[in-house]
Amino acid sequence: MSAAVATPLASNAALDVARVREDFPILTREVYNKPLIYLDSAASAQKPRVVIDAESRVYEEEYANVHRGVHYLSQVATDKFEATRKRIQIFLNAADENEIVFVRGGTEGVNLVAQSWGRANLREGDEILISELEHHANIVPWHLLAAERGLVVRGIPIHDDGQIDMEAYKGLLNERTRMVALTQMSNALGIITPAAEMIALAHDAGAKVMMDGCQAVSHSAVDVQALDCDFYVFSGHKIYGPTGIGALYGKAELLEAMPPWQGGGEMIARVSLEKSTFKGVPHRFEAGTPAIAQTIALKSALDYVTDLGLDRIAEHEAMLLNYATERLMAMGGITIYGTNASKASIVSFTMDGVHPHDIGTIVDRDGVAVRVGHHCAQPVMQRYDIAATVRASFAVYNTLEEVDALVASLQGVKEMFA
Amino acid sequence: MMDDLRDLYQEVILDHGKSPRNFRHPEDCNRMAEGDNPLCGDQLTVYLKMDRGGLVEDVAFEGRGCAISMASASMMTEMVQGRNEADARALFEKFHKLVTGDDADVNGDDDEDLDKLIVLSGVREFPMRVKCATLAWHTMTAAMDGEETVTTE
Repeated sequence: MSAAVATPLASNAALDVARVREDFPILTREVYNKPLIYLDSAASAQKPRVVIDAESRVYEEEYANVHRGVHYLSQVATDKFEATRKRIQIFLNAADENEIVFVRGGTEGVNLVAQSWGRANLREGDEILISELEHHANIVPWHLLAAERGLVVRGIPIHDDGQIDMEAYKGLLNERTRMVALTQMSNALGIITPAAEMIALAHDAGAKVMMDGCQAVSHSAVDVQALDCDFYVFSGHKIYGPTGIGALYGKAELLEAMPPWQGGGEMIARVSLEKSTFKGVPHRFEAGTPAIAQTIALKSALDYVTDLGLDRIAEHEAMLLNYATERLMAMGGITIYGTNASKASIVSFTMDGVHPHDIGTIVDRDGVAVRVGHHCAQPVMQRYDIAATVRASFAVYNTLEEVDALVASLQGVKEMFA
Repeated sequence: MMDDLRDLYQEVILDHGKSPRNFRHPEDCNRMAEGDNPLCGDQLTVYLKMDRGGLVEDVAFEGRGCAISMASASMMTEMVQGRNEADARALFEKFHKLVTGDDADVNGDDDEDLDKLIVLSGVREFPMRVKCATLAWHTMTAAMDGEETVTTE
């Protein structure tokens, strides 16, 4: 087809990882006199130069408070700030930019929904379903609300391979189910859940769905309208952006019916000593001075991954994941958790006879940064009756050689404890 | 392998970590406490059998954790048995200083058990692992205090 021929070659080519690595200044540093091998991007991703520059440029050239001044810089900062909201709307394919609420991160987004939507809509005896894969951020806010309102919290179990048990899920949904808390991708195992199907089932039962997209957004294109989720959160820092900024997507009709959850400046229409009235959506949910520079720089991060191409990033990470899985299995004495084929970018494992914390400390001295522990997902650990795993997570800048270095370092651990 | 790693994972520690001593639940214990390390999800329970005079007649533990926490717990049970309460607490104080580096010079101390605990002093170079080394000891003192759970946070 002529259209395909006309497509620039670069957009079809595999990711040039050497070129990508040049974009990330921190990757040139050493730890313990060894090259840094950063396999902890699921906890927080490193930042490309364009994001670092965007954030410092705000303070050097564009900084003032937003949404309140009449002066020049205030207008510049406000325009840039709001441009990120528009960028997120496009990035998530939300219908309207007013469906995007700025929050500190995924955690704050879930708390906002639990405290605002939850308090306004949930009554004693209502049920919340929480998948066994959830990060504590999509569990604890619901527990807090459940304790206050007398709600019933029920867990959606997973199979041994880490995937959601759909039959069990269908059995749990009932007319009392009001909310389903669901991750799009497990931070502890890397499993990608059948979100669209689960959302449709939840809606059939009359329940809303709070999607945790913190892990998923940096590995595949997200379309909140196609998913038809009611709420969706992600954190900027996991998608190569700054810390302290993330976004909550909510369907317009839901957000518009929700009361404010924090009061203060920037969210009011009028205040007297006796009473306040509030702005519309989304500003009603954005009390106080926000993370201005970080918000503006988040746009650069979203531009960066979009320019590289999320499909190419996903392809590169899948290659790393497959290679790491093969090499770890070949080592012997390794158990991988989360073996369902629907997964991305994360390999979570234990080694016979060696505690993950000891592994983490030892490989660290080889320059290899992995996460060890329960990954803020203790229900997953309880499911497998383990206290902790080692988690290696891959990002756009990781290489096959780094996987080799991880395996070599693990071989050293194995010998030490033999 | 780097020297400070070798210092941390000495043979003695690997041995205690793999085959912890007094890893059991004594039926006649009269004090117990649970210890949590929320950072890593590790948990252990320390059991004490103390007489009226405060003498530790038996001490044991159960639980799971890294080599450092298992070895420290194992060595603790060997050392605390037969000590009185004040003596056991004093040993923990000295051990705490040993692993945090507050008082690196313990060679002048006349407690032979403290000399043995020097194998754990390598943890000083790994500040994030100090909690692993002290979890069992905190849990022991909690059991003596009559508390039921202790956390390293």
